[in-house]
Order: sequence, then structure tokens, then C-alpha cells
Amino acid sequence: MRKSTLCLSLIGVQSALFVAMLLHARAQEGRAAQQRQSSAALVRSLGLTDLCLFTEARYTRHPAMADRHAAFQDHPMGLDHFPSGSLVAPPTFPSPHAPLRPAVPQHP
Amino acid sequence: MRPSVQRYRNILDFALSSLLRRKGRNLALICVYTLVVFVIASLIFFVQALKREARELLVQAPDMVVQRMVAGRHDPMPVAQAETIRAIRGVEAVQPRLWGYYYDPVYGGNLTVMATDDTALAVESVWVGQGVARSMRVKEGDMISLRGYAGPMLFSIQKVLPEESELVSSDLILMSPQDVRSLFNLSEGLATDLAVQAGNPRELPTIAAKIVEQFPDARPILKSEILRTYEAIFDWRGGLMVVVLSSAILSFIIFAWDKATGLSAEERKEVGILKSIGWESADVLLLKFWEGSVVSLTAFLGGVLLAYVHVFFFSASLFEHALKGWSVLFPRYRLLPALDGYQLAVLFFLTVLPYTAATLVPIWRAATVDPDAAMRS
Repeated sequence: MRKSTLCLSLIGVQSALFVAMLLHARAQEGRAAQQRQSSAALVRSLGLTDLCLFTEARYTRHPAMADRHAAFQDHPMGLDHFPSGSLVAPPTFPSPHAPLRPAVPQHP
Repeated sequence: MRPSVQRYRNILDFALSSLLRRKGRNLALICVYTLVVFVIASLIFFVQALKREARELLVQAPDMVVQRMVAGRHDPMPVAQAETIRAIRGVEAVQPRLWGYYYDPVYGGNLTVMATDDTALAVESVWVGQGVARSMRVKEGDMISLRGYAGPMLFSIQKVLPEESELVSSDLILMSPQDVRSLFNLSEGLATDLAVQAGNPRELPTIAAKIVEQFPDARPILKSEILRTYEAIFDWRGGLMVVVLSSAILSFIIFAWDKATGLSAEERKEVGILKSIGWESADVLLLKFWEGSVVSLTAFLGGVLLAYVHVFFFSASLFEHALKGWSVLFPRYRLLPALDGYQLAVLFFLTVLPYTAATLVPIWRAATVDPDAAMRS
């Protein structure tokens, strides 16, 4: 068999698998919505605010509720001292917890 | 077969023979190339999937959570403030939330204890997340003991929360509000924070400002901020991983650049011979284009496919150590595929095109010189 036939077959198989990967991802969307239902129900009924990803510290368990002094919140590049910091990036500046601008007029 | 196709096939045959002549070197290149694409694609898939889960699930979170800050730290909040907040125009409901952290000295894990008003929860019973059940090695009907303020408290496990909800409930212990108060010695008039629901989300900043005006120690956290936090923290370009990755990618770029641009004397001679026997410059360029395309396309497709299997079939097991960190209780969740065509296209253009282009420039230079000079050089 010619080398080019083998090579083109290999790339053809890889491309077919690539298309299958895209189709598989698309097909999983329906299942994803179904699987998400029980989580969404818990979030709604308990008023949950965070995903349970890292349980090692308060500010990694509940990043949205963390103190302003937690890692990454002192300044944008203040790196975390826990290993999960290798996967979690600092929030964009200004911090998501920056004080809100008062929407009502301040009385003198 | 048409002659033009036959011509391309012949050149591809020759390109493959040329690659096979330097088998070891090219195989190493494809392996490293695939590995680099695999790591970057895994990171992209992983982060995309988590971002989507956060987006889809946390949209159900309360419109606003109001915390009380004392000396810069989160402090329990008087439940009485809920009434004042409820009176603000635009507020639909205010629900005091009662929750806290419990460190289990036996298993060394941090758990989240939360109160629920669900009437299905029996007295002195708890519902636990899959992670809690796994780390404590308990199941429905078993008893667990928690160290409360006034001494050990015994609870019967009424339900283990479903596996599908592990992404939000792995470390949860749900119990009645009275039990939470006894466990943490929280007085009746205090709650951890307040969950606020507003009729019109556009009024939330105004409501937040009014809350801060009335209670200067309050810290309102809007749902949009919660969602923004998750959008911001899961950024594949961020974190220490990128520092480690960038050095690996840089080494690969140097390796690939050297391989692609540095023509050896043997290759120059080969180009000279090909030209002297009648090959045109365009044929020589096509030959190198095929060589570059075969290497980069194989590596790209292989790397992306391996990354997909790694993240969505093996739950990104290679990242497990970084994910686990120092936590004892580790949630196990099967991520659902979330592919972003834009990011796949960026990955393709950043990996396949530069390499293929880098192989063409030096060969173009070599192919445009006189065959005699090329063979003698």
C-alpha cells in the first residue's frame, strides 16, 4: 500500500473522530439539561451561591461570598497559596466585590 | 485517478519518505507537539465546562445576598434587618440563610452545614452530600456524630443527596434551623446572611445602595457579581498553570522552530538535487507544505481528541492533584461536554498554521537559489 494512502487514511480517521467528538458534545446537551435539574433545584431551594469545587478553605469553597481579604482579592495578582490557585485565576480588576456606586443621592 | 491528484499523491509519498528518513526526530516532534496540544486543549475544555455549569446553575442563585461585615470580616446578621430590607420598594422576598463551616476532626475535612425548611426533613436527621457520605463512609439510615457547642450531637442520615447534584452539594450537610443553631450556638435572632429576591433585576443596584445607606455594615453581593466571579476565576489564561505551561510551550516553540526553520546541509543538498532533476520551486514548496501539514495536523487532531477523552470521560484525572489541593473532601463530578468552536479555531490557528508556515520560509529560500549552489553549499 502506498504511504500516502496510509497517511490520508490516518488523517481521515482522526478527522472522522473529530467530527464524532463535535456530534457527541452536541448530543450530550439534552442530557446535560436533564442532569442539571436536580442541582438547579437545590440551588433554587437553598439559595446556594457557589459550586462545590475546592473545599480546602472558605474562600475557595465560596469564592463569591469570600471576605474582601481572601486570596486574589487584595490585589489582582496576589497569588493563592493553595494548589487550586494553579487552576483559578485572579478576578479582573476592578474586583467583583468593589463597592457599589450609590444609586441614590447622598444627603448632606 | 486524475493526473493532478496523482501528482499531489506522488509529492505526498515523497514527503512521507522524507519524514521517515528522520523517523526518530520526527516521531519525537509529533509526540511533544501532541502533548502540548493535549494539555492546552484539556485546560480549555475543563475551564469551559466548569464555566458553563456555573453559568447554568448559579442563575438560580438569590438575586442578592446581604452579608454583615464587622472589622472587615463576615459576621452573623440580625434577622430583624430582614424586615427593614423587605420594606424597600422593589424587594419581593427576604430569606435569612443559616449556614456555616464545620471542620470534621476525624476525617480532617471541611463541611458546609446549612439549614433547610424542607418539611420532608425529619427531626434530628440530616441530608448529606455524596462527598460527605464518601469521606465519612456512611449511607442512608446510619448515624453521624458532630461536635456541637454543647457537646456531641447525633444525627440520623435520612437521605444522601443525588449524585447528579454533586457539583453543588458534595460537602453539604442539611439540617433543621434549630439543629444548626444548637451546633454553632447561634442565637435565635441571628442568621448567616440574607437572600433577597427582587421583582425587577434592574432595580438591584438601587436596592443595594438603599441597603448600604440604611445599614453601613452591610455588604450586598448581587447575582451578577456571583456570575462574574465565576466567569473571572475560571480563565484558562490565568493561574499558576499558565506559568508552568508557558515554559513548556516556550520550550516546544524553540524545538519546533529549530526543527522547522533550520535546514540541514543534507536537506539543502536534497533541494538542489530535486531542482536539478526537474522539480520546480513550487513542487519543493508543496513537498515541505505536506511535511509540515502531516506533522501539525496529526498532532492537533490527536491532541484535541485525547483532551476530550481525558476531560469528559476521565473527569480530567491528570488535573486531579491540583484540584484536590489540600482538601480532604473532594467532589467527584463528571463534566458534561461544552465545546467552544471559537476556542478550537484559535487553538488550530495557533498550533497548525505557525508550524506549517515556519517550515515553508527556509525551504522557499533554499528553493530559489541555483541548484548547483544548493548542492555545493
